[in-house]
Amino acid sequence: MTKVSMTVNGKAVSGEVEGRTLLSSFLREGLGLTGTHVGCDTSQCGACVVHVDGQPVKSCTVFAADVEGAAVKTIEGMANADGSLGVLQQSFQDHHGLQCGFCTPGMVMSAAALLAENPRPTEQDVRHYLDGNICRCTGYHNIVKSVMAASGQDVSALAAE
Amino acid sequence: MPKDHGIGASTKRREDIRFLTGRGVYTDDMALHGQTAAVFVRSNVAHGRIKSIDTAKAAAMPGVLAIFTGEDFKDVGGNPAGWLINSRDGTPMREPKRPVLAHGKVRHVGDAYAAVIAETYSQARDAAEQLAEDSVIEELPAIVDMKAAVADASNRVHDEIPDNVCFDWGWIEDNRAAVDAAMKAAPHVVTLNLVNNRLIPNAMEPRASIGEYNPGTGDYKLTTTSQNPHLTRLLVAAFVLGIPENKLTVVAPDVGGGFGSKIYHYGEEALVLAAAKRLGRPVRWTAERSESFLTDAHGRDHVTKIELGCTKDGEILAIRTETLANVGAYLSNFSTATPTFLHGTLMSGPYKVPHVYVNVKTVFTNTAPVDAYRGAGRPEATYSLERVIDQMCRELGLDPFEVRRKNLLTPDQFPYQSPVGLLYDTGNYQATLDKAVQMADVAGFEKRAAESKARGKLRGMGLSTWIEACGIAPSNLVGILGSRVGLFDAATVRVNATGNISVMVGAHSHGQGHETVFAQIVAEKLGIPESSVDIVHGDTSKIPFGMGSYGSRSLAVCGTAMTKAVDKIIAKGKKIAAHMLEASEGDISFEDGKFSVAGTDKAKTFGEIAFSAYVPHNYPLETLEPGLEETAFYDPANFTYPAGAYICEVEVDEGTGKVDVVAFHCADDFGNVMNPMIVEGQVHGGVGQGIGQALMEFTTYDETGQLLTGSYMDYPMPRAEDVPFYNVDYSCQTPCTHNPLGVKGCGEAGAIGSPPAVVNAVIDALHRGGHTHVKHIDMPVSPSRVWSAING
Amino acid sequence: MHNFDFAKPSTIADAAKALAGDGAQALSGGQTLIPTMKQRLAAPTVLVSLTGIAEMQGVCTGDGGLHIGAATPHAVVAREARAHYPALAALAGGIGDPAVRSRGTIGGSVANNDPAACYPSAVLASGATVVTNKRRIAADDYFQGLFTTALEEGEFITSVVFPIPQKAAYVKFIQPASRFALTGVFVAKYADGIRVAVTGAGNDGVFRWSEAEAALSANFSASAISGLTVDASGMNTDLHGSAAYRANLVKVLTGRAVTAAG
Repeated sequence: MTKVSMTVNGKAVSGEVEGRTLLSSFLREGLGLTGTHVGCDTSQCGACVVHVDGQPVKSCTVFAADVEGAAVKTIEGMANADGSLGVLQQSFQDHHGLQCGFCTPGMVMSAAALLAENPRPTEQDVRHYLDGNICRCTGYHNIVKSVMAASGQDVSALAAE
Repeated sequence: MPKDHGIGASTKRREDIRFLTGRGVYTDDMALHGQTAAVFVRSNVAHGRIKSIDTAKAAAMPGVLAIFTGEDFKDVGGNPAGWLINSRDGTPMREPKRPVLAHGKVRHVGDAYAAVIAETYSQARDAAEQLAEDSVIEELPAIVDMKAAVADASNRVHDEIPDNVCFDWGWIEDNRAAVDAAMKAAPHVVTLNLVNNRLIPNAMEPRASIGEYNPGTGDYKLTTTSQNPHLTRLLVAAFVLGIPENKLTVVAPDVGGGFGSKIYHYGEEALVLAAAKRLGRPVRWTAERSESFLTDAHGRDHVTKIELGCTKDGEILAIRTETLANVGAYLSNFSTATPTFLHGTLMSGPYKVPHVYVNVKTVFTNTAPVDAYRGAGRPEATYSLERVIDQMCRELGLDPFEVRRKNLLTPDQFPYQSPVGLLYDTGNYQATLDKAVQMADVAGFEKRAAESKARGKLRGMGLSTWIEACGIAPSNLVGILGSRVGLFDAATVRVNATGNISVMVGAHSHGQGHETVFAQIVAEKLGIPESSVDIVHGDTSKIPFGMGSYGSRSLAVCGTAMTKAVDKIIAKGKKIAAHMLEASEGDISFEDGKFSVAGTDKAKTFGEIAFSAYVPHNYPLETLEPGLEETAFYDPANFTYPAGAYICEVEVDEGTGKVDVVAFHCADDFGNVMNPMIVEGQVHGGVGQGIGQALMEFTTYDETGQLLTGSYMDYPMPRAEDVPFYNVDYSCQTPCTHNPLGVKGCGEAGAIGSPPAVVNAVIDALHRGGHTHVKHIDMPVSPSRVWSAING
Repeated sequence: MHNFDFAKPSTIADAAKALAGDGAQALSGGQTLIPTMKQRLAAPTVLVSLTGIAEMQGVCTGDGGLHIGAATPHAVVAREARAHYPALAALAGGIGDPAVRSRGTIGGSVANNDPAACYPSAVLASGATVVTNKRRIAADDYFQGLFTTALEEGEFITSVVFPIPQKAAYVKFIQPASRFALTGVFVAKYADGIRVAVTGAGNDGVFRWSEAEAALSANFSASAISGLTVDASGMNTDLHGSAAYRANLVKVLTGRAVTAAG
């Protein structure tokens, strides 16, 4: 066991981990942050995406020990300070961008990384960027809409082009 | 102006708050004091005889607490099939035992034959690996291909079933001769051989179960990823473990999608309960995705020959199908109903067809069990019909729109008794077709095709007009057809003393948004804010009973039960109000949340009545019990019949064979719509899965029964880039005639109507591009298959 | 997965020392290795992370072309190579998905030599030099078949040096499930000739299509290869495409890459 320290959602945390402890396990089991989900074992589904030093990362495919000292952000850190939904989260609710909610944390974290990089993405930009996040419920329609709307674009005509 | 609350409003989903902030609680999110971990030892051969399992080494490994094998469950019951189907000759289906853990033989790769419980997951996994090494399984030849399974009686999935056939079903057998005669007499007969590709449901949350046992009370608790907690309780209690139903609570908390795969009871659920009892500690198991691929019930997997007899101008005279349907190694709970009563009964579609006969042989193979997956039987029927109708148009040089128009039932023909046993109550299929044609700008297609051509692409358009039977199901009818359960639903409406409301419903929401929509309905009916209503679901200790969510039934069946319970609340409220207002009950009316005396200004609010029921100081105690809580059970009088018309446009890249769906238009008739936003979302999701089936998804076992598409590295899941925006309309509404909300169900429509529209569009594109030798391409219409068809 | 000791050296020398031990294995971005370890198909006793070594990070121009530190993630290459070698940057920006590109590195990809990976085609088509802690290896000598390279025990890539072409493009046709290349073709035009490298298709891993190179050296246009045929016998067959289909893709994508290169 080795000790690992990092900041998670702005709070300094530390814990004992094995070499093989994945960041997703450290977050879920070590810190009780179960909003980060694990939906596959081949690094494909993206339900586990969190930010490490501002970059989107599949937390099931990085060892906790390898992000020693990093700043990690998870879905639990995405709301406003007063607990209300952040702009992107609110947009997902407004546009029905989620159904069962299981892929949602990873989807939101990926979308947030996109908007940080590209504040006004086109439909194709959004679809391309979300290539590593699988959703089985929504057919992606309202996810793409939610992300575009969160960037301030008018999406009212998108459903019936 | 659209409504902003109540029935028909696009109320935003309340459940989203917890899901968007990471506060949802799915089964694997629960950490329990003293918990232990279960890992299953699964067969790596498709078919084998278990010679020995030496548990000694594994049992001695660090942290190991218990080991179970099939031997531990040989004297308890099996996981049963929910429907008894009889063969054409009247003999009942063959029904092998499906044990908690394989005993004697393993029958598919992934079939669990032992389980290890340890302090930690890693310890359990290490010991499970050791146990696998210490197990001797003699590999037998695998039975993978259905035709071979039927042809070779010497090799058997179940030793007691000689030809690997579960049943040979004819629907309707008495009509067979007449159908054969009509086919023979038909001026033209079209034949197509089709494969409805085997799919793996892939709900994003892998299955997970936690068993608990309280030795002090003898109570068991199962927390599990279920669409159907009461059925799971019934199966575990009465059929498998023999636990009294009252000593078992089943909780299905937040569940991350189901699509059918979480309707059923699986052996892992029984194992964690048995293990929890032996250890006196919670036992948890969460599937890895690779386990989900191997063991979740798969979907579809039909091989069908369909023949259609018609006149030269496209009037359909007769339809006859022969299908081999794979049930896999064991009968999953709905597996015998899916290829029969959810498939054969839909084989006349939305058309007036005088003669229809369906034959289905279900076949055991050494593959994972196959059962209902979104649409379940109805997508297979729709695909067969809509493909053969397009082929008829091509052979006879007819317009696919006009041919469908000619054969669709007309509004004056309802109620319509179909030749395959269903009574369609209402519909207007011309209206949805007209709507789709308008949405898709069919008239402008040639111009778009020319633009595609200029970009080096072939454009094609495909149509599908479809119907489904939902709102599953009238118990008396399904009882006659072989169902071993009733398919009613139930709800309790509990008005609390302060006037807010808890509604306990038997439907289970795993993405559908019941917590929001059901509250909209109750709030509208009682004239109170939606925020005063909470929906409770997924816990057998809290809700009266329920048959779960599948078959687009939640609103039509459970929503009706809930509506009836609300009606009882209002009726009781009127009695209380009559007493309080010193009026006769017949003079009390209830509107906008107020009980008032006709022709006066005397009134009591809903809150005052509720308070009075719980603080009965001025209350008719001599004639009425205090409290305000009502339960209703509802059993539907008929199925509901959503229908619609879908138009798909594709572009084909001849160089690579890649197909892009560039437009998808849906005109659906769901009857009345409670929350348009959610209805649209359901259609989007269904169409997304349908496009996945049509273009991408497939399941391949090799000849030894190894699953080659066992992870997301090889099983193609649709991603955001693989699908377009969908154009969805639900304005054509013929309300269901036999439920009070007039609703039909919308959850499966997209997955049912879309695959043939996509494939028809691809074939259309290829013909327009001069590749007229291509009659059919089996799904998935993948790039390599399209390229091979073009160049074949 | 099996447990192991985790080491994260900060210099190449320390990494070399750590990797000399029994059962030691290098970990770069881990996007392939970690899933492999989850399946228990790899079980190192010591895992040596190379991502903490500053001298193996970053993109710069220098002797012989564009130098990319082996531990540079794809996302950084996509950003920082754009001005110097746009086709390479585009390739890096199209590997996997954004989260994979945050972690996955060029060194990890080239060391693993997955037959469907993108980077090997760029390395081979560019005639790049693979620099290790021990030596410099020419691309033509480096790739030696499926998951096989010239790397020796204890040797690891520290950087890759790409000569910058006059024109280049990479066109990938994805395998629909894994999103790896079902076939990908990298075409690069240098003053002294054309190089065409193909990934995903060959049954022995990445390869150069020399007939196309010759034809394109005479006439750098898609039409120059229209008369060529690709021998399907050297192509891979799997669930997602036959050898004949892949042979077709090699030709079609090469033409498209030439057109895209301009």
